[in-house]
Amino acid sequence: MPQWIAACATDDVDPEDVISFEHAGNAYAVYRSPDDAFFATDGHCTHERELLCDGLVMGGVIECPKHNGRFDYTSGKALGAPVLVDVRTYPTKVEDGTVYIEVP
Amino acid sequence: MGRERLERYDLTGPENRAAVEAGLAGATWFRSAVPRKRMKELMRRSDAPAIRDTALWIGLMAVCAGAGIALWGSWWAVPFFLVYGVLYGSASDSRWHEAGHGTAFTTRWLDEAVYQIACFMIMRDPTASRWSHTRHHTDTLVVGRDPEINVMRPARLAKLLANFFGLVDVPLAFRAMAIHAAGRLTAEEADYVPESERPTVYRTARIWLAIYAVAVAAAIVFGTWLPLVLIGGPRIYGTFMHIVYGLTQHAGMGENVLDHRLNTRTVRMCRVNRFLYWNMNFHVEHHMFPMVPYHRLPELHEEVKHDCAPVYPSLWAAYKEIVPAVLRQMKDQDHYVKRELLPGAAPFHIPNELTDGRARPLAAAGSSAGSSAASSPAPASDPTAA
Repeated sequence: MPQWIAACATDDVDPEDVISFEHAGNAYAVYRSPDDAFFATDGHCTHERELLCDGLVMGGVIECPKHNGRFDYTSGKALGAPVLVDVRTYPTKVEDGTVYIEVP
Repeated sequence: MGRERLERYDLTGPENRAAVEAGLAGATWFRSAVPRKRMKELMRRSDAPAIRDTALWIGLMAVCAGAGIALWGSWWAVPFFLVYGVLYGSASDSRWHEAGHGTAFTTRWLDEAVYQIACFMIMRDPTASRWSHTRHHTDTLVVGRDPEINVMRPARLAKLLANFFGLVDVPLAFRAMAIHAAGRLTAEEADYVPESERPTVYRTARIWLAIYAVAVAAAIVFGTWLPLVLIGGPRIYGTFMHIVYGLTQHAGMGENVLDHRLNTRTVRMCRVNRFLYWNMNFHVEHHMFPMVPYHRLPELHEEVKHDCAPVYPSLWAAYKEIVPAVLRQMKDQDHYVKRELLPGAAPFHIPNELTDGRARPLAAAGSSAGSSAASSPAPASDPTAA
């Protein structure tokens, strides 16, 4: 049953940046785009088990810190080698300065 | 013993699986604790430095090629072609590397364009070598896993020396092109190139072989070596500097250590060498944080140097260590360069029989190496890996 989970305060994430969030043993990455929209994906790269929160956000793209694989974090789409599998995304919403993500 | 040990580097051999079972593959590696805000500054991309350096690189090649053509038939052409050859056959290695990481430029098509050009010059398939280098970063100097260990134990000295003039790598590159053009991969490539990427490998090889065929045909038709001196030839007569630089990266160092501070060198170099090598002399820093563009590596070095072993002050200093170590490894394959971290450097893995740098056989040790908790890579009590 999907549920909305409070992930962080909006101020916890700088514009054009990402932070990690853990819930029920799973890692998630919470992004703030340059135009102040919030997005969430799985916390690990789909290529190797590397935390995306240590990577670099460039516009709507997250680059993995280990092998420079890139994803469109708004859609989860893998943008080329060495990442070939899309990263899972999760719905987000902001209420009263808190970012919520909907997890299964 | 030498032959048996060399066989362990084979990615298709039993050492590969043994390394996976022992926890040496895809392991956690040390990273200095650099504040996130600072890391974001260092990782930030910029087109300007790479456009400047690429314009200089291509421009110098054009000038030298033009002068060499104009002076063709005279000895005055030699120094121009020597410079052209080093820019083509050596500097292309670092451009392949940096553009392959996607960190040279902000603009993706510029990065990809430089990558494709550099791959052609250094004769490495753009797709297969990208995956090869990805594995190198995952499993740096892990025996049986890393496809880019150039100096094995014992070193294949004749091959190493011949490759200062591409005499092994160039024939192998053409062999690989022929295999790829026929719609196949080598057995090692099949270990790290995904199925979906393989058609691109085959197409590239066919295009490259067509270009070389045109160059050879032009040489025959016009009765001159000039087309081959300009295309392909520099990978032989101008490639020596990329070997000089490349050997400093890992030669003679500990294998299976899971800590780039212990298996990688950072070497101070002059501005000319750093231009040709695109700052890859800061190699510990690059392995620790591959996201940082080449032009920010000197700054990254300042951030992490307190955590590392002392930097090598010159190429000469590095080779004073490399040559004796590699020669000793010809007889003693347990020997390796032991790097001592600076006082106060952050600890990481506690060396054990798996990770102490000797890289004793895993497959021969059987399941005990892979299943023993005492043998698994053990983090130190105060790991500061990011």
